[in-house]
Amino acid sequence: MLELQHVSYVAPDDGKEILSDVNLTIDDKFVAITGPNGGGKSTLAKVIAGIYPVSKGKILLDGADITALSITERAKAGVSFAFQQPVRFKGITVKDLVTLAAGKKITTAEVCTYLSEVGLCAREYVNREVNASLSGGELKRIEIAMTMARGTKLSIFDEPEAGIDLWSFSNLISVFRKMREKIGGNIIIISHQERILNIADKVIVIAGGKVTAEGSKEEILPALYADAAKEAACSVLMSKVEDK
Amino acid sequence: MDAIQKNLLKEIAGLHDVPTGAYNIRSNGGAAGRRSTANIEIVSKTDKPGIDIIVKPGTKNESVHIPVIISESGLKDLVYNDFYIGEGADVVIIAGCGIHNCGDQESAHDGIHTFHIEKNAKVKYVEKHYGEGDGNGENVMNPTTVIELGENAYMRMDTLQIRGIDSTVRVTKARLAAGAKLDIKENIMTHGNQHATTDFTVDLDGENSAAHVVSRSVAKDKSRQLFKSDVHGNNLCTGHTECDAIIMDEAKVDAIPALECNNVNASLIHEAAIGKIAGEQIIKLQTLGLTEKEAEEQIINGFLK
Repeated sequence: MLELQHVSYVAPDDGKEILSDVNLTIDDKFVAITGPNGGGKSTLAKVIAGIYPVSKGKILLDGADITALSITERAKAGVSFAFQQPVRFKGITVKDLVTLAAGKKITTAEVCTYLSEVGLCAREYVNREVNASLSGGELKRIEIAMTMARGTKLSIFDEPEAGIDLWSFSNLISVFRKMREKIGGNIIIISHQERILNIADKVIVIAGGKVTAEGSKEEILPALYADAAKEAACSVLMSKVEDK
Repeated sequence: MDAIQKNLLKEIAGLHDVPTGAYNIRSNGGAAGRRSTANIEIVSKTDKPGIDIIVKPGTKNESVHIPVIISESGLKDLVYNDFYIGEGADVVIIAGCGIHNCGDQESAHDGIHTFHIEKNAKVKYVEKHYGEGDGNGENVMNPTTVIELGENAYMRMDTLQIRGIDSTVRVTKARLAAGAKLDIKENIMTHGNQHATTDFTVDLDGENSAAHVVSRSVAKDKSRQLFKSDVHGNNLCTGHTECDAIIMDEAKVDAIPALECNNVNASLIHEAAIGKIAGEQIIKLQTLGLTEKEAEEQIINGFLK
């Protein structure tokens, strides 16, 4: 279980408050965080992973205060974070990274199992370097495979669908469905995709650095889509007005 | 051989004992062992220190080990080795130099290696440099490699210098005939106050000749590195050089690449990138549970692999 108590984050470069007094309790298996771009979702993920230090407030993992822990210490305490933009490494292979993620020596067959689960033909990828020769979509899947290999009690995915093609997207949904069944802890997914939001136990909306709505998908999604439709209609009308 | 010499041999050639195939082991400026085979003859030079390694035409899948080890402090060793690789041969040559210096004087090994590679022959050449010792004496190595590649000949050269060499100037000169190909991969890591200079000159003389030179290096502490490359495209040819360096602490790296196209059909490219380890790479590995130091080690190990 993850708890955020009165968490705020102020960007060091311009002093702008990106998260303001966020209070959240995440104890459902599969939680989706959504909301407009620039609303603070990715910042929230980075604050949980320890990449950004909180300016105010507390973060608790299974009741233990992890606010002062470093990225490494939080990772060891059971936090995994799949980046929105995966990082490339010259010379480090897919197998190296998945092995580092597992935190122990694992066999090539085990690495291949993780890769197959995210829809990568393991034989082709296991010895490839995680460098610029891999596409964005391939990197995203490797990132997900690493998170699976870690198998921690909390896994955060920042827009896992970004950069993944339509065909692979169905696979991705089944990967998350499977993970949801297997995992003993909590999964947080930041996403704009209706199909991901639809498999969530809980949906949280973050806008302007605050939690603006929180509840089951049945409670949250209709209003969210109505708002989105309103905005879309509005922009169509506006463009017509501007055309004239 | 004593334990120190055996350890040096292990570091530079991966050898625990005398190798199979042809070999020549040079220890403290003298011969410590040699074996020729039916196809590979090793003979001493008569006019200067060094050996001639003569590989018969058509020799396939054979190897030659020519390690040099120095464990006497203050020894300055200069050696000329000439390789004659016969037409159509396909061989692996493993050279390397290990210095153990526990005294206060400078120990040095300067090797001048010349490769005469005939038509259609293939050579894989591996050279490792390693130094150790608890004295204040410096370990110096200045290897010169001269490569003459005949028609459709191929050479792959892998060089590795990771630890313990205080000063090195590596000079590599190559001349390629029609259809010849040259692949060079250099890995260097310097630390402390070490200096390393590498200087490549490649003449692409023949039609459809091709050269690919990749240097990857890590400069730590107050060490200095200089990378120079000069590729001349004198015919329809392709040349590619790449200098990729990670810089840490107060180290300095200079890259001076030069390309000279003397033919309208020559296609030459140089890429150079020098910079510190990307912060996001360290953060990613930290999110997997590695400390900052462990993350750096993994990134450097991968980079120099």
